[in-house]
Amino acid sequence: MRRDVFQAIADPTRRAILALIASQAMTPNALAEHFDSSRQAVSNHIKILTECQLVKQEQSGREIYYHFNPKKMKEVADWIEPFRKMWDDRFDKLDKVLYNLKNKK
Amino acid sequence: MSNQTQLIAEAGKQELFIIRELEAPRELVFRVFNESELLLQWLGPANMEMEIDKLDSRTGGSYRFLHCDPNGNKYCFNGVIHEVLAPERIIRTFEFEGLPERGHVSLEFLTLEPLSNERTKLTIQCIFKSVADRDGMIMSGMERGMNEGLIRMDALLAKGF
Repeated sequence: MRRDVFQAIADPTRRAILALIASQAMTPNALAEHFDSSRQAVSNHIKILTECQLVKQEQSGREIYYHFNPKKMKEVADWIEPFRKMWDDRFDKLDKVLYNLKNKK
Repeated sequence: MSNQTQLIAEAGKQELFIIRELEAPRELVFRVFNESELLLQWLGPANMEMEIDKLDSRTGGSYRFLHCDPNGNKYCFNGVIHEVLAPERIIRTFEFEGLPERGHVSLEFLTLEPLSNERTKLTIQCIFKSVADRDGMIMSGMERGMNEGLIRMDALLAKGF
């Protein structure tokens, strides 16, 4: 069954997995250490992420490494939106600081 | 009605741009990026306390900031300041200390351009070591949004909903 990217990133644990492996490829063990859920549950999430090509698996010696596939992520038009929103909120606070500074003069 | 923040992150590139217009002359904007007591008022993310461990805002200086969430987790980041050119430019490095390994450093160019009517255009250009590093930084926003959602949910649960 083909799964789509949107379905894959709708789940918060899967987003957390992507955020982790985007900074660094990880082995299944290293990844599982970051989560309280069972190894089996993490492995199921990885299976879904792999099926929709957000995650690629590569064999290196005896270890498997999970890699993030940013090309696939580009299909999700608004994946940068939370980061933009974080800066938007920050700048709204900055506006107030500047407003107060201007009125103090 | 506040100004829109523009985020540019082209596919497959190692850089991103954060662009925003501000309703103040650039001398003032420059101050809010360089003075500790002013930075503390806006730089921390929602629901987090910000601390400044060090801010030596001059060419050859350095900084180290901490964001602390309500559960006591601390997120530290630091960098060296390559150039401070008042009131138009700051060039500095950035490294998040919470990653599994050192060395994922980015380079930031903060540029302030004067606009008419005492307004200022801020451009932050960040250049990363790899495309994966850049995408990881962008996705940290996603992760944080999720964490804030969880914290809000905890607060609701604590209230008895």
